[in-house]
Amino acid sequence: MAQENLSARKAVHFSSGHSINLSAIRKDFPVLSQMINGHPLVYLDNAASTQKPMSVIQKMQTFYEHDYANVHRGAYELSSRATDEYEEARRKIVDFINAAGSKNIIFTKNGSEAINLVAYSWGRHFLNEGDEIVLTEMEHHSNLIPWQLLAEEKGLTLRPVPIREDGTLDMEVLKKVIFSKTKLVAVTHVSNVLGTINPVAEIARLAHSVGAKILVDGAQSVPHFSVDVQALDCDFFTFSGHKMLGPTGIGVLYGKEEILEEMPPFLSGGDMISEVWIDHATWNELPYKFEAGTPPFVEAIGLGAAIDYLQTIGMDWVWEHEQELTQYALAQIKTVPDLEIFGPTENRAGVISFKIADIHPHDVATFLDQEGVEIRTGHHCAQPLMRRLCIPGTARASFYLYNTFEEVDRLVAALNKTREFFK
Amino acid sequence: MALEELYQEIILDHYRHPRNKGKIEDPDIHEHATNPLCGDEIDISAKVENGVIKEVKFSGQGCSISQSSASLLTEALKGKTLEEAETFIAAFREMLAGHELPEDTGIDFGELEALRGVTKFPARLKCATLAWNTAQEAIKAFEKTHSNH
Repeated sequence: MAQENLSARKAVHFSSGHSINLSAIRKDFPVLSQMINGHPLVYLDNAASTQKPMSVIQKMQTFYEHDYANVHRGAYELSSRATDEYEEARRKIVDFINAAGSKNIIFTKNGSEAINLVAYSWGRHFLNEGDEIVLTEMEHHSNLIPWQLLAEEKGLTLRPVPIREDGTLDMEVLKKVIFSKTKLVAVTHVSNVLGTINPVAEIARLAHSVGAKILVDGAQSVPHFSVDVQALDCDFFTFSGHKMLGPTGIGVLYGKEEILEEMPPFLSGGDMISEVWIDHATWNELPYKFEAGTPPFVEAIGLGAAIDYLQTIGMDWVWEHEQELTQYALAQIKTVPDLEIFGPTENRAGVISFKIADIHPHDVATFLDQEGVEIRTGHHCAQPLMRRLCIPGTARASFYLYNTFEEVDRLVAALNKTREFFK
Repeated sequence: MALEELYQEIILDHYRHPRNKGKIEDPDIHEHATNPLCGDEIDISAKVENGVIKEVKFSGQGCSISQSSASLLTEALKGKTLEEAETFIAAFREMLAGHELPEDTGIDFGELEALRGVTKFPARLKCATLAWNTAQEAIKAFEKTHSNH
């Protein structure tokens, strides 16, 4: 069978000489080896959040057990250990996305906060009435609402770029709406609904040609393929830890140093200051200017461990595996009667949104759950996109490095069963 | 099988053939509600005469549970006084919360018994209660405006 051949190809060799396969990877994730409603769990909601390998869980536990103290504070052994680990985690992010250095990496509590930081600090300070922000119809609410609020406050105009029938961004419209008044282009790297991969390097060139900045929401890209923020030439790049094997409560804002330097603080309080008088203060250097209060440093250290794990497997392997799964799934899911898949057929990530006949996505999810198959349904925090597609919501299966071809088969069998029931 | 407890024939029938679907023109009672988590929408409108619900309709979009529950609601509330309707809504919500009703309430849920299966699917409870919460809000709003006169 096709999937057996593909599964056999999953054994890969690392430069260190050892080889690893999918079943070995799956053993690293304790949550995966459980039964749901009498069936082995098939976890296919990775675009919402991902499961954690033991190495991440253990790293955080070990840190709490042996090395815990507040960071950047105490002149004592434990505090310097904690600070070292926190800054080491930051350096891992620097390497992972090829940032210029630690000054470019600001830890936030999630991807949304990273975008809000840019809206409140950069947006409020540098944008004025009449300025325009270009964004897209496929943005997650997290890369839409902060700009709506800013537009309302400052009298800005938002220019949404539509998607084409095939689920790709309409680049012709995008080229037309970017002009001298455009100050920012806010675009998702990968759509969390359609799996569309946007040409962000090209969009960055277009933005820069009129002197605008570009913010790329990388929540669905960084976990799945190698990203080089300098090669993309984006001014801001945001992502979240829990979508890439890391813990919740940690997100990342990458920004170009010269831009971050000019920006005023976002949140204020402890740690973000240099000198404080009773009536004024000066700001700490980058990146600490933007990290007020005790940061989520254990979570950052957990994210560092997640990056270690991903790099041990190799991002090329992760991407190739997900691509094979996605192509297999697209072909298999199509065989379910009356099923419609949204989004591009090629050059797309491992996120598949679909609907079956007129069965509401929630009813699909309940059926699949009974078969142990966990998928996401609803509007996926992308209501404007749902309106564009003229649907209330979709059912969505999304993959990660631990998913198997057999799991795709389980999904398809459960979908067929659902279709039969509502026939 | 648990699924058949949830998706009983009555529910599927009301989903496929909703009763009292539409909007009442110039309604005495009107409320629109959404479940922001899933995007389900329910719109309830009704005519009230001398404190009695003469006509009630729903419109909206959503899953089989939310839409059939709304359809069943319109049948259950029609002909009830506002007070009876509120008691009934409260009792129905108690039933969905898995609580036993005191025996002396004398409430007969009739076809609505079909929705009892939802208690085993906590993730779907909000689907089943959306129309009922909306109707409750609508009645409250109506009573508030009319008590002022």
